[in-house]
Amino acid sequence: MPEISAEQVAHLATLARIALTEEEIAHLTTELGQIMQAVEQVNRVATPEVPPTSHPIPMQNVFRADVVTDDVLSPEQALAGAPERDGDRFVVSAILGEEQ
Amino acid sequence: MSHADDLIRLNAADLAGRLAAGDVSSVEATRAHLDRIAAVDGAVHAFLHVDADRALAAAAEVDRARAAGESLGELAGVPIAIKDVLVTEGMPSTSGSKILEGWIPPYDATPVRKVREAGLIPLGKTNMDEFAMGSSTEHSAYGPTHNPWDLERIPGGSGGGSAASVAAFEAPLALGSDTGGSIRQPAHVTGTVGVKPTYGAVSRYGSIALASSLDQIGPVTRTVLDAALLHDVIAGHDRHDSTSIDMRWPSMAEAARNADVKGLRIGVVKELDSDGFQAGVRQRFHESLELLEQQGAEIVEVSAPNFEYSIAAYYLILPAEASSNLAKFDSVRFGLRVTPDGGGTVEQVMAATREAGFGPEVKRRIILGTYALSAGYYDAYYGSAQKVRTLVQRDFDAAFAKVDVLATPTAPTTAFRLGEKLDDPLAMYLNDVATIPANLAGVPGISVPSGLAPEDGLPVGIQFLAPAREDARLYNVGGALEQLLIAEWGGPILAKAPDLTTHELTATEEGAL
Repeated sequence: MPEISAEQVAHLATLARIALTEEEIAHLTTELGQIMQAVEQVNRVATPEVPPTSHPIPMQNVFRADVVTDDVLSPEQALAGAPERDGDRFVVSAILGEEQ
Repeated sequence: MSHADDLIRLNAADLAGRLAAGDVSSVEATRAHLDRIAAVDGAVHAFLHVDADRALAAAAEVDRARAAGESLGELAGVPIAIKDVLVTEGMPSTSGSKILEGWIPPYDATPVRKVREAGLIPLGKTNMDEFAMGSSTEHSAYGPTHNPWDLERIPGGSGGGSAASVAAFEAPLALGSDTGGSIRQPAHVTGTVGVKPTYGAVSRYGSIALASSLDQIGPVTRTVLDAALLHDVIAGHDRHDSTSIDMRWPSMAEAARNADVKGLRIGVVKELDSDGFQAGVRQRFHESLELLEQQGAEIVEVSAPNFEYSIAAYYLILPAEASSNLAKFDSVRFGLRVTPDGGGTVEQVMAATREAGFGPEVKRRIILGTYALSAGYYDAYYGSAQKVRTLVQRDFDAAFAKVDVLATPTAPTTAFRLGEKLDDPLAMYLNDVATIPANLAGVPGISVPSGLAPEDGLPVGIQFLAPAREDARLYNVGGALEQLLIAEWGGPILAKAPDLTTHELTATEEGAL
């Protein structure tokens, strides 16, 4: 099983969109190594013939009619918690940076 | 004072009876609980938010409806506390996180809507580990809840606030959520009753998702009958939750009142009856089984060899699903937004927001989940964990072919001291060894107080598990054991809890709340 490096944790943080500090990365690198060592014991019994279970109560194709009901949020309700808005729209920061 | 003290010590069923008889009004009952919160919550810190005005207004409305002869639900007028994981229209909903500080949702979670429609009176929101990640409430961004039995100790988690609120007589009922034991383990350490229903029995709509294939909402109470009455209110199919089970459920209250174990086959999971459990926890567990045996239950030893892999599988599945669910906290539609100095792109704003808004345990699990889902590791980790899930289900199937319910101690130890395991995530994760298998398999579980551990005088619980959709069996066996134990003790276990009123003065002086 591969060791987890600080570079890997920094990369995971980028993927997860969390601006971790150097100190947090160092701390997490040690902890993740220990946790992964503990959890990888699942491989002792997870042999190829065992099918995976993704959902505890089997259900298939839960559909509903494609109609708008009267209990959907109004634009005002949907925008009520927005950090920044412009009329009926959410305001986001620039999508592209200068180097892009 | 003595009248109000009587009101807060009533079980929900008894309070409901007095409300229906007109002996007491909902406004009086609600005010008594609000006064209790004001007196003791400075010390306990079960609540993150209390909405006294709206609670009293709702209570007055129930009193009016009752006076007008309108038809009301059995629990109408009874106060209830709501775990902050459930969104509530008009009340802040943070899930214990700074990233949602002050957020007021525009709608009610389905279980909240149902309790309001049944005439229950929401008092406020209870404390929890951030996004329900923890077993002690120490991971709440708003400070820990204290165990009413010993304020230096943990109330369990993640739903420590809900459990402590009912144990401290701040509310007769509370709602909780259970992803790996967050209802049952707090019940165990606080001398209360907690139920995780069958996965899909209660709608998850409006429950801030931790791990969608494991999460389930359920009741937190002081008695088995109260849990059953609340279960009957919140369960049922909901078209807003595609994993909601569409079936007619039998009355849980009827099962709790039935309380007959004659001929019931109870399986003891031998892998969870080991030296890994504190002596007093095991002692009370076996005494409870003996009581049930004397009433005609048959005790059978069963084996569940794959349960030992449950924690490992859980700590792969949960972080994987959580890392995905928590992606919604992106600083755009609701919650915190932190812009780096000099501005930044949306991705930089997102990363700065999540760095500032998430606590250490949440970051740990998101990074862990991101790793477990990475290309190249997916099969070895997430895929293998899902196979363990199949094996755990097979263990349950084999056991339930022989017995009607399973029994285990709810958790390995009594309440530990605040801070004791905070720096050791793996030790903290072991708290859930007996509760996690039920979440992996989707089966229901209940924790009922089984006594006080002789070595430290702290409460312990016994857990019963039933096949999926057979939640009523839990209320039957739990109700039976509760009756037997109360007869033996000469009263409910919480009568032995320390009197919190000595803390009233401190709480008032600090201007708590």
